[in-house]
Amino acid sequence: MTTTALPPLTKKDFQTDQEVRWCPGCGDYAILSAVQSVFPELGIPRENFVVVSGIGCSSRFPYYMNTYGFHSIHGRAPAVASGIKIAHPELEVWVATGDGDSLAIGGNHTIHMLRRNVGIKVLLFNNRIYGLTKGQYSPTSEFHKITKSTPYGSPDRPFNPVSLAIGAEATFVARSVDIFQAHLKETLKAAAAHRGSAFVEILQNCNIFNDGAWIGLTEKDARSEHVLQLEHGKPLIFGKNRDKGIRRKQDGDIEVVQLGNGISESDLVVHDAHQTRASYAFLLSHMEGRPGFPTPIGLFRSWDDLPRYEDVINDQVREVAQKKGPGNLAQLLRAGDTWEVK
Amino acid sequence: MSTVTEVPAGKTKREIIDQAVIRFAGDSGDGMQVTGSQFTNTVALYGNDIATFPDYPAEIRAPAGTVPGVSGFQLNFSSGEVHTPGDSVDVLIAMNPAALKVNIGDLKANGIVIVNADSFKEADLRKAHLTTNPLEDHSLDKFRLFPVELQRLTRAALQHLGLDAKAMDRCKNFFALGMCYWLYNRSMEPTVRWIDDKFKKKPLLVEANKLALKAGYSYCEATEAFQISYEIPPAQLSPGLYRSLSGNQALALGFVTAAQKAGLKLFLGSYPITPASDILHELSHYKEFGVLTFQAEDEIAAVTSAIGASYAGALAITTTSGPGMALKTEAIGLAIMTELPLVICDVQRGGPSTGLPTKTEQADLLQALFGRNSEAPIPVLAAATPSDCFWIAVEASRIALKYMVPVIVLSDGYLANGAEPWRIPGLEEIPGFPVKFAKDPDGFQPYRRDPDTLARPWATPGTPGLEHRIGGLEKQDVTGNVNYEPLNHENMVRIRAAKVEAIVQDVPNILPSGDPAGDLLIVSWGSTFGAITQAVKGQRDKGRKIGHLHLRYLNPLPANLGDILKRYKNVLVPELNMGQLLWVLRAKYLVNAVGLNKIQGRPFKQAELDQKIEEVLGL
Repeated sequence: MTTTALPPLTKKDFQTDQEVRWCPGCGDYAILSAVQSVFPELGIPRENFVVVSGIGCSSRFPYYMNTYGFHSIHGRAPAVASGIKIAHPELEVWVATGDGDSLAIGGNHTIHMLRRNVGIKVLLFNNRIYGLTKGQYSPTSEFHKITKSTPYGSPDRPFNPVSLAIGAEATFVARSVDIFQAHLKETLKAAAAHRGSAFVEILQNCNIFNDGAWIGLTEKDARSEHVLQLEHGKPLIFGKNRDKGIRRKQDGDIEVVQLGNGISESDLVVHDAHQTRASYAFLLSHMEGRPGFPTPIGLFRSWDDLPRYEDVINDQVREVAQKKGPGNLAQLLRAGDTWEVK
Repeated sequence: MSTVTEVPAGKTKREIIDQAVIRFAGDSGDGMQVTGSQFTNTVALYGNDIATFPDYPAEIRAPAGTVPGVSGFQLNFSSGEVHTPGDSVDVLIAMNPAALKVNIGDLKANGIVIVNADSFKEADLRKAHLTTNPLEDHSLDKFRLFPVELQRLTRAALQHLGLDAKAMDRCKNFFALGMCYWLYNRSMEPTVRWIDDKFKKKPLLVEANKLALKAGYSYCEATEAFQISYEIPPAQLSPGLYRSLSGNQALALGFVTAAQKAGLKLFLGSYPITPASDILHELSHYKEFGVLTFQAEDEIAAVTSAIGASYAGALAITTTSGPGMALKTEAIGLAIMTELPLVICDVQRGGPSTGLPTKTEQADLLQALFGRNSEAPIPVLAAATPSDCFWIAVEASRIALKYMVPVIVLSDGYLANGAEPWRIPGLEEIPGFPVKFAKDPDGFQPYRRDPDTLARPWATPGTPGLEHRIGGLEKQDVTGNVNYEPLNHENMVRIRAAKVEAIVQDVPNILPSGDPAGDLLIVSWGSTFGAITQAVKGQRDKGRKIGHLHLRYLNPLPANLGDILKRYKNVLVPELNMGQLLWVLRAKYLVNAVGLNKIQGRPFKQAELDQKIEEVLGL
């Protein structure tokens, strides 16, 4: 390895000459911009990045990233990415996917990749709608949502992607929002620093088929009132006046409390993203469906003590080769009982 | 052709014969596959030519003693050439009434049938739906019947070891095996060695199984039960070092060899499915060769992970059977579009749907050739015999890497589990095919092609300056950028087709065996090779003008195939399907070929082939 200093990479190095073909105003532009800003800061040679995607609006992502890229088929990005990572563990593999791609047709691959802890970063663009097929409900669409395929309202109950990822034993689970650029970049950096599987749900607007998908969180006034920003080591506080918090109840559940009147910050849950066990993160992930509770963003869970899948597999190969010596093909073909014909 | 000699040492006669077919049959829990494999190994080591046919139920353990639970293992061994496991059986070992009932129809008149007499009580007969006891009702009169109390005798031999009855009874298959070794004058040594190794952590079981084996042998010696024993001298195989090899083992060894010859890591993405799982089992052992095995969450992840590994620069393969092929279909299209090397093995079984998981069939040919959306041609190779699976694996890998294409390999349940002697090649007999990855950014285009092979460059992630994007959307010629222009699409469809057609330069011209022209040409592919070879030999011995073409390359077909088809008055295509190769040949060459089609989950019998050949010849 030569150590001649190369000029540092910039955002421009990660932009391609391909015309970006998302609808004007799409939240994907903001995500692309954030990723293109974060990648040069990671200190990883550009040729080691691989961006893998499935099918859907979000899955056009690799074409706009000047790295190695693979736009695969619907739902299969985690499996393609797993193959890349197992065959070549040094690569920095990111998956760009959507709520339909990763939770409907590709749900199986998503959960299995997470449980194995393959060292892949998954960016789930969640706009709660099928955009590329023009407006059907998705696995994250609200119950009773009126869409092109549900004129009388969706009969499906939605997945909560963060709960699903935590349930699948993901070691890194975070949530951010397309237009919260600073938060998004910080979240992406944290994901990049994680060695095992990192799952980032990015709440994203589809201004054509589901405009205002997250308006209750993204409107200026709503932001502070309804969004709880998770910060490791800090109490769970939210509200316009930062006067509400999350407290543990005796039965282990959590509740929203108003600060003051004898309730102080010291009564609140202090966020611990590094717990070995996932139950606390799971509890947090279930807040948003409950009346009066905020929607948490930030790092739910980041526990990196689990070996990466690709390392386990490749270590086995190395250990066996060390123990038995490098494979001798002639010997392998002659293995077992043989006989000579003269 | 047999000579009877008095053997001085004993009182029994020893007859030298040239060939025998033996079948072990019992409950799926009776260890018949192990027993059969042991007998096979022993006769193979002795130097006989062999062909085996393991036939087992899809259920792991159907209710004991019932017909659906019967598992069988048939072996044909000879001092001459063997092409099939044999139509009918000389010796049948039946561990219970159900096994007897299922298999007795295949026993030759005057054939030997050894039954476990302890398992013919009323309850046993009822389980097999027998109303009378075949040991008493004279239904077996035309055979040489040997009722042996396998259970009682095994227990007697083992009683001092302190095992429980169940554990002792589990050794009775080795008692039967010992008897067969006596009957064919075979050494118990290879099996003794196998027992030592297999149970090395359980010394008591080593002792028990060896004792049962030897007790069976001594029983025959002491009781002179058979009056006669047989000897089958070694076959005249071409010189070399041999081993016995099954089709699935051969595929596994073939892929390891291919990876070594290409200088690549081998990556297998697979999901367990009968009858292909053994390839995964085998390859998961070969880690010292850098083999990466990934048991995926489903068939789709199995193939797509392999596509990912291929993109990353490994020799990537995926192994499955028909239902799994159906699930992999879309991903195979992706490999065709992204022009990445990949080998897809379909070990065919009876279908459609779940079908007959443990039985053989050749009905995935059209699926392999055409079973994808749109224009998605792919090279298809098919193995002819169990050991040919080795060569097909090497060749499929070579083609995939040379032309940057996915390649389908067809095997089937019969080849997968059947075994034959394999002359182990020297490594120098297998030419290397080192891979050249793209390295030079100067003028690099992901879809710029080699003029001879039309292969695009293999540029793997991690290579500086070659960053590029690939995917399932239509590509612009040369640049590989997404492109929807009508003429570009037609051009790319034609290029992908031309690339597969260009592989014909690697397909050797084919020569018929037998008569180079004449009354009848038989065209076959896959596992029917042995049965048809034997039938053609028999027919030609009777003076009939017959040629035989066996195809290992099914796409592209050999360039001279059309010419050869014209040299015969009749063309017959026997297949274990409804006529799939027949359909292709008729469509492509406008030849008035006829089919012989069997869809029973079983291979052809000689009689079936003979009858059809004679019918076509108007005899």
